[in-house]
Amino acid sequence: MSEENKPTELTKEEKKKKEMILFLSKSEEKESFLSKANQKLLTDPLDDNNPITVQVLGICSALAITVQLKPAIVMSLAVVFVMAMGNVVISLIRNLVPNRIRIIVQLVVVASLVIVVDQVLKAFLYDVSKQLSIFIGLIITNCIIMGRLEAFALGNGPWKSFLDGIGNAAGYGIILIIVAFFRELLGSGKLLGYEVLGHKGLTLEDSTGLYALGYENNGFFLLSPMALIVVGVVIWYQRSRNRKLIEEN
Amino acid sequence: MNWIRKRLDKIKEPFQPGEKFEKFAPAINALDTFLFVPNHKTKKGAHIRDAVDLKRTMITVVLALVPALLFGIWNTGYQYYKQLDVEYTFIDAFLHGAYKVVPMIIVSYAVGLGIEFAFAVKRGHEVNEGYLVTGLLIPMIMPVDIPLWMVALSVAFAVLIGKEAFGGTGMNILNPALTARAFAFFAYPTYMSGDKVWVSEASNLSAVSGETILGTLAAGKSVDYNSASMFFGTIPGSIAETSALLVLVGALILIVTKVGSWRIIAGGFIGAAIMGLIFNALGSSVFTGNALMNFPWYNHLIVGSIAFGVVFMATDPVSAAQTLKGKWIYGILIGIFGIMIRIFNPAYPEGIMLAILLMNVFAPTIDHYVIQGNIKRRQKRLKLQTVKSS
Repeated sequence: MSEENKPTELTKEEKKKKEMILFLSKSEEKESFLSKANQKLLTDPLDDNNPITVQVLGICSALAITVQLKPAIVMSLAVVFVMAMGNVVISLIRNLVPNRIRIIVQLVVVASLVIVVDQVLKAFLYDVSKQLSIFIGLIITNCIIMGRLEAFALGNGPWKSFLDGIGNAAGYGIILIIVAFFRELLGSGKLLGYEVLGHKGLTLEDSTGLYALGYENNGFFLLSPMALIVVGVVIWYQRSRNRKLIEEN
Repeated sequence: MNWIRKRLDKIKEPFQPGEKFEKFAPAINALDTFLFVPNHKTKKGAHIRDAVDLKRTMITVVLALVPALLFGIWNTGYQYYKQLDVEYTFIDAFLHGAYKVVPMIIVSYAVGLGIEFAFAVKRGHEVNEGYLVTGLLIPMIMPVDIPLWMVALSVAFAVLIGKEAFGGTGMNILNPALTARAFAFFAYPTYMSGDKVWVSEASNLSAVSGETILGTLAAGKSVDYNSASMFFGTIPGSIAETSALLVLVGALILIVTKVGSWRIIAGGFIGAAIMGLIFNALGSSVFTGNALMNFPWYNHLIVGSIAFGVVFMATDPVSAAQTLKGKWIYGILIGIFGIMIRIFNPAYPEGIMLAILLMNVFAPTIDHYVIQGNIKRRQKRLKLQTVKSS
């Protein structure tokens, strides 16, 4: 009997130890703000799980506001703010909100944050706010934001939700800025409003830089289909570099 | 002949599997098959091997393009000397045209084949002959005064985005030559439309109006060309699109050799004629102000690129509809949309490019419904209760 009992006792002790270890590791995870899992929340959406190029969400604003670099950067920052804050707020009240009305609550939270962003832009960056016009308001309906609130913030703590919000918004912003970079550079020959390719005068003699050699701005880049093509090329490049993103069939 | 064969085998030695330049084998093989018919043999059982392969198909199309191209070269010179109002001979006109057009063809082939070879080496497949036709078509549908670097950029866009991104020859959803033209059209509109680009060097002469007939009509002015010159093609326009006569010669070659589908060609002309007739009727009664609407329907068929587009672009076997009934629908809709865009959108005086690209996108859908319709009809006939395939 004693021989038979011994192993069970051992297992009990082992169980306790395991529990202790589990508890310790859990508490450790809770304490370290940037554990590996949390870092992944931040970096995954930048590449492997990018909201635009992999999940193909939020395409509409990527088409609409990427003609110039400056509005794209402002838009990215606005989305970073709205998404991080929205995720935190929803995560904090996730246990108080009845399941049935959660979408309305999410909308109210996001809408109030968007109004804050809109007012700040109107106060301090009026010209950019005018360029972005309706698209700041339309952040409310941005599929990425609703998607992350539904899929992540409703089931995770505030800190993790905060990181997830920052990560996804940054992944969205990176693509926006890449697309806007090419569209402004090739479409109007400028970056952030500076004429980096030279000045285009009325005749060849008046022009400087590339324009003096007969270069012309590519009007196609000012049209929204080109944003889609640039996003497509980014997807092509990303998948040829990162083979595990390629679907099976 | 034998001597060339031996010489080529000698050159190919370092490209054999396991040798130094194995990776570049597709490039050298492309040159080889360009000179010699590949010596494929059937390995198992009895097969019938047709002598027509992709290369022969493509060369047939190139041959069909040659009459229109030669005329286009002459017409370029003819328009140039006509505006200068000086004495010139047939040879002068031809030489000036060649001086303008040949560099465009060289640039188109160099850039396009360069990209094709690079992709063949990278992906390890053989170089396809599809670009032989595309590379000739692209300069033929450009205005004569377009800068060469724009041709190069359009070609690169068409081959990279229009073709290689989808998987190369045979996988493209849009006609690559039209993709190149659409790119140039939207990217550099001032070089692709207006009254200064269609006649060689017209931008350096202030008094000359080198507007195309459609452009003139869209601007609400009257045309001083008669139907005969529209048909024979001594009018300004993209390089090789002007002569309906020589395009029809090309169409004959395509139809006789069965390379191009006569259904698509006939459908295109029928659709355009129907639409032209409808608009003629409307133009004389309802919308009296529109000059394009009052333009006789038979003239609509011979000006602009409608003949060239329907014969050489719409029949592209990759991007067109595949079923017989589908080809009729596809062709007729191209004609209808071509004339509709031409008349209703003054920003695009020539609509056939957009009409063909639009129908390229719809071609698989047309095929799908034709096939589904066929399946349903047969099910009905056999009175079989089979599960519907989605």
